[in-house]
Amino acid sequence: MLTRKSFEAILLPMGAIIVALLLFGLFCLAAGANPFGVYGSIYKAAFGQWSSWQNTLIRAAPLMLSALCTALPARLGLVIIGNEGALVMGGVGAIIAGLAMGTSAPPFVVQIAMALLGMVFGGAWIAIVGALRHWRGVNETISSLLMNYIAIALLNHLVGGPMRDPSSLNKPSSFPLEDINRLGDIPGTRIHFGLIYGIVACIIAYILIQRTTFGFAARTAGGNIRAARIAGLPVGQLTLAICFLAGSCAGLAGMVEVAAVHGRANESLNVGYGYGGILVAFVARHNPLAAAIVSMLLGGILASGGILQRSHGLPDATVLLFQGLVFLCVLYSESLYGKIPALQPKSELAHPSA
Amino acid sequence: MADALGWWGVPLAIAAGTMRGGTPFLFVSLGECLTEKSGKINLGLEGTLLTGAMSAYAVSYLSREAVGDVMAPFLGVLVAGLAGMVLGAIHGWLSQQRRVNDVAVGIAMIIFGSGIAFFFGKPFIQPVAPQIPTLNLGAWSDVPAIQAALRISPLFIFGVILAPAMQWFFKSTRWGLLIRAVGDAPEAARAMGVSIFKVRMLSIVGGSFLAGIGGASLSLYYPGVWTELISSGQGLMAVALVIFARWNPVQCLYASLLFGGAQALGPALQSVGVDSFYYLFNAAPYVLTLAIMIITCSPKKTLTGAPGALGKESS
Repeated sequence: MLTRKSFEAILLPMGAIIVALLLFGLFCLAAGANPFGVYGSIYKAAFGQWSSWQNTLIRAAPLMLSALCTALPARLGLVIIGNEGALVMGGVGAIIAGLAMGTSAPPFVVQIAMALLGMVFGGAWIAIVGALRHWRGVNETISSLLMNYIAIALLNHLVGGPMRDPSSLNKPSSFPLEDINRLGDIPGTRIHFGLIYGIVACIIAYILIQRTTFGFAARTAGGNIRAARIAGLPVGQLTLAICFLAGSCAGLAGMVEVAAVHGRANESLNVGYGYGGILVAFVARHNPLAAAIVSMLLGGILASGGILQRSHGLPDATVLLFQGLVFLCVLYSESLYGKIPALQPKSELAHPSA
Repeated sequence: MADALGWWGVPLAIAAGTMRGGTPFLFVSLGECLTEKSGKINLGLEGTLLTGAMSAYAVSYLSREAVGDVMAPFLGVLVAGLAGMVLGAIHGWLSQQRRVNDVAVGIAMIIFGSGIAFFFGKPFIQPVAPQIPTLNLGAWSDVPAIQAALRISPLFIFGVILAPAMQWFFKSTRWGLLIRAVGDAPEAARAMGVSIFKVRMLSIVGGSFLAGIGGASLSLYYPGVWTELISSGQGLMAVALVIFARWNPVQCLYASLLFGGAQALGPALQSVGVDSFYYLFNAAPYVLTLAIMIITCSPKKTLTGAPGALGKESS
């Protein structure tokens, strides 16, 4: 049953997205495009028919996984934005596993190894951020951002040197995966299995945070770290564990991109799913289940990027601008909680019988 | 003759790169320093930097007919600062709302600012805009490498003067005291009758003005083009750089030069044929920033020089 409080938690972000859409319309107008035509195109390209839904869901899969990289540590009170770096490292881990095993094992085993190594790489990447935070007091937001740049430099170094496929001329890439090792599509669709990974990961993350003692401990430490210490909670271990899990989700996103979309590792890995994931996590208020739904919305907007360029003459950064507007509006809506009278629970005095 | 320099070209290129690459760091870090002194963090200066770079380039290109090749880039610098102020005003207003976290607003402003820059900057990627004229202090030498190294931008000189000026501003003026009071002890400042909102707003807008100029130095000085890849995270590194400089403007200057030098390492080594680790050397500024933060931060105590209210929930 919906209480007024959760009603408020759904209505305010939706209102924010609508306001962002209106502001976005003004920018389109400034660029000489008809806002209503643009809205229509976004809707058609994102959710208009089954084939556009499939495009949307293909993009939603990495967003869900990458959003968890911000959403999970947020429960501990950490603002981690190293999604892009963890995703890239996960892709690197996956391609190493995939190329090393080749055809020596059944494809199913190779895929599991790729996923595991990708998760370990991504997880270790963010665990470093958590460890620096806990033992050295290094600001996790800045360190995770710096780690993004370092991860991208590592990727460029690997695909431009040690792992380079000499036949990739214009865009340095690693050697391609064997075709049979690539992640397939869900039968009857063009959507790869990464979507299942993403949805399952979101559900597991939700249960872990909301329904287990581990999640309870994490939320306690996030609420009041001193009280958590006094209660004897191992804050350091919690930080490391949550950061590792968060990074491994983004790492899995990198594996999905490598194994299902590109088939090799190259600079296409850092196309912005990391930054999109941050947006998703904040819009979903760090709730993993809501993140799955918001990912589909943002996936739809990303999917419409091409059509905005082709039929409205808008630059490809239009999608980025829209993301920024949504982010700002959602943040402003945070300040409205408890401010709109119609959305507040009726006080006890008004219901003496209750 | 440039070949005759051989390996000597490496320190020379790093010295030249220190000044060229240090300029954007200098402006953004001074801007961030001003902002953080008032007790707020602006992570969004990366977006401000990009918007500044784009608007400076666009204005310099569009106004060259009207005001000539010499004045056009300076007009661009001014507009870049103004564009930065607009973004700063959004940050300043939003980050002071109830329950709104300034770090989150900063992340949103990175996305929004780069969105604005790429959205409006698309038509200016191809054309060539007039650059800020440089002072050629190397004219006495006939070695092209030395001439190139001593081509110094007035923006760099302006920044070098600005750093001690800002130090004096914080230390010896009434306005500087107000900003430090709001950043260190907002409650006390409020008791003095100072509007915390206004002081922080002005500090953030002023800091963003400087960050916008930092962007202009990217597109109109070095590397002197407008592309979507023009900033390599200088706006973000500035935040770490201010911590390293202990919120001291003059130390921001030294730190910016250090970072500019670190950034020049990769291209300088590539120019003498060491290019096997090109990408890894390019990551030097990030590794350096991280290393500095690991060494200087401590979980036990707050850093000396840190504004007292920095990173705390505003009441």
